[in-house]
Amino acid sequence: MNRFKASFLALALLVTGAQLAVAQDAAEDQPKPARQSWSFSGVFGKFDQAQLQRGFQVYKEVCSNCHRLSIAFRTLENENGPGFSEEQVKALAASYNVTNDEPNDSGKIFQRPGTPADLFPPPEAFPNDQAAAAAMGKAPPDMWLLAKSRKYERGFPWFVFDVFDAYQEVGTDYIYAILTGYTHKDDPQWNLYYPGHKIAMPNPLQDGGVKYTDGTPATTQNYARDVAAFLSWTAEPSQTERKNIGFRAIVFLLVLSALMYMVKKRVWADAH
Amino acid sequence: MDGHSTYVPKSAIARWFEARLPIVGLVHSSFVSYPVPRNLNYFWTFGAILSFMLIIQIITGVILAMHYVPSAAMAFVSVEHIMRDVNYGWLIRYLHSNGASFFFLAVYMHIFRGMYYGSYKNPREVLWILGVIIYVLMMATAFMGYVLPWGQMSFAGATVITNLFTAIPLVGTGVAHWLWGGYAVGDPTLNRFFALHYLLPFMIVGVVVLHVWALHVVGQNNPDGVEVKDVKRDTVAFTPYATIKDMFAVCVFFVFYAWFVFFIPNYLLDADNFNPANPLVTPSHIVPEWYLLPFYAILRAIPNKLMGVVALALAMALLAFLPWLDTSPIRSGKYRPMFRFFFWIFVICCVGLGYLGSQEVTDSATLVARILSLGYFGYLIVVLPVLGLVEKTKPVPVSIADAVLPPSAAAAE
Repeated sequence: MNRFKASFLALALLVTGAQLAVAQDAAEDQPKPARQSWSFSGVFGKFDQAQLQRGFQVYKEVCSNCHRLSIAFRTLENENGPGFSEEQVKALAASYNVTNDEPNDSGKIFQRPGTPADLFPPPEAFPNDQAAAAAMGKAPPDMWLLAKSRKYERGFPWFVFDVFDAYQEVGTDYIYAILTGYTHKDDPQWNLYYPGHKIAMPNPLQDGGVKYTDGTPATTQNYARDVAAFLSWTAEPSQTERKNIGFRAIVFLLVLSALMYMVKKRVWADAH
Repeated sequence: MDGHSTYVPKSAIARWFEARLPIVGLVHSSFVSYPVPRNLNYFWTFGAILSFMLIIQIITGVILAMHYVPSAAMAFVSVEHIMRDVNYGWLIRYLHSNGASFFFLAVYMHIFRGMYYGSYKNPREVLWILGVIIYVLMMATAFMGYVLPWGQMSFAGATVITNLFTAIPLVGTGVAHWLWGGYAVGDPTLNRFFALHYLLPFMIVGVVVLHVWALHVVGQNNPDGVEVKDVKRDTVAFTPYATIKDMFAVCVFFVFYAWFVFFIPNYLLDADNFNPANPLVTPSHIVPEWYLLPFYAILRAIPNKLMGVVALALAMALLAFLPWLDTSPIRSGKYRPMFRFFFWIFVICCVGLGYLGSQEVTDSATLVARILSLGYFGYLIVVLPVLGLVEKTKPVPVSIADAVLPPSAAAAE
């Protein structure tokens, strides 16, 4: 088996060499977002409902001025998500004006108060991407999938380890890093973690800007953390259910495999 | 091979039916009494695993097609609708998207097993070529499936791959326009890719039937690479021996599959594919899915576009000629020490190319990719033909029974 080992050693050397070859041209002043600790990461991860509600508050009071969030109001009732009550969601939806899909009987497109089945309407200031791009230089992205559509390169061998500890929160880390990466006081569009450091979004969060009601300190770090968690939920509302079912599925498959192995042993006993 | 057709219908109805359509007898001779070499190791369970994966892909795919909308305006949103609003839609979709990866994982194990143990050699050439055809159909199907969510990487991938056809002299651009149904990748392209993505899996099923048929004519190869000489001594019945072993392997394989589906379902996807396709924004770093990366690395390693496409096509096509490229009369790598050494180098070249295919292009990365591409083609075109003529092999056992059974038992039976 020595040759086998040697092959693997050669493979490791080769990958390292190839990686050095790749890395040499990468910019050095671009730090990677730090890995945060999230209640919802890993096999048994679950969302912290209070954190999601605070995150929603940050979204509603700050982000929603420019960013769209294409989720339906009703999803906020999700017990594995923010878990707002039916009344709260109804009241929230009714506080928005949405444009009806179909014209009324006289043929006019009209506005009406939202219902839980409606999607969050686009920000009032920017009814479409072009209007946003004209004002901001670049259209602010729809935030529903932001936590899945952003990433940073983990690099070898870290991307191998991520398989085993089931860490899927790279995009959430990225959002937190961007929101806390405005480190040049004199330039609100300089961001430590944004490629090239020049970001179209001026620093959106200030300490005390959002009034928390549950006693959580009103700091930029907490806002960033809470809204990143909320966006992790909007990106995939079913993830808690997925992990619950997954744990049972894996236990079932392990037991089934063990039984299969024992039967296989029995069947083959007389063949040797 | 002997040992077929031991099926005797027991009831009058079964006898009546068997006289008119002997399908039960066919299944019985193919999956029950079919003689299986007794020395097969677990690398021979990937055939069964692949059958299960194909069935899973088709079932989940049909369900997804009930909810998916193949239009540039609706595709992305309809996929998110499946993820959020369809009951267990997330489960069906993750089974399907990760199922593709595990299908390829299994097929690569299956292919490398065939290459290591010389399963492509006489009399299994047709069996092998049918396998290569299945592999190519799988790649086409997977590529078109990746386009369907209509994210940024879907769009970029479709653009890059269909643009390869423009490298064909004279008619290239016309062919590309014909494929696109317009002057760029767009709505018509998405629509036809969906139609073909639905069609090709059933073509795969057809070729799989031929693959299994050919297998049952020539019989399975085995780790010692010697033919079955005495069915009683060298083989066991497919059922229960191979059936239970295959089922055990399928269960273990599914543990890993479930881990990805339930805990890291997006691990193998590119984050940029969660941004809706936007023809005005090209991703800074276009990568195909992992199972196509070695070929992508070969394509990028060659500076000339046409030659790159030729190399890409050759890298796949050469596999079909393996039965004639490998000149050694000894099948199994077990008895070919020098072959083993080069085989593992070849595997390292494939993995290394896969890694480089996922990275951005730099001068040094391109140099390494070129060296590894030389390794890939060198193995197929130079090493295998020459090795069979010059290498010193180890003595091959007389029969399968002699190879695996203790000497006393082999003599006694």
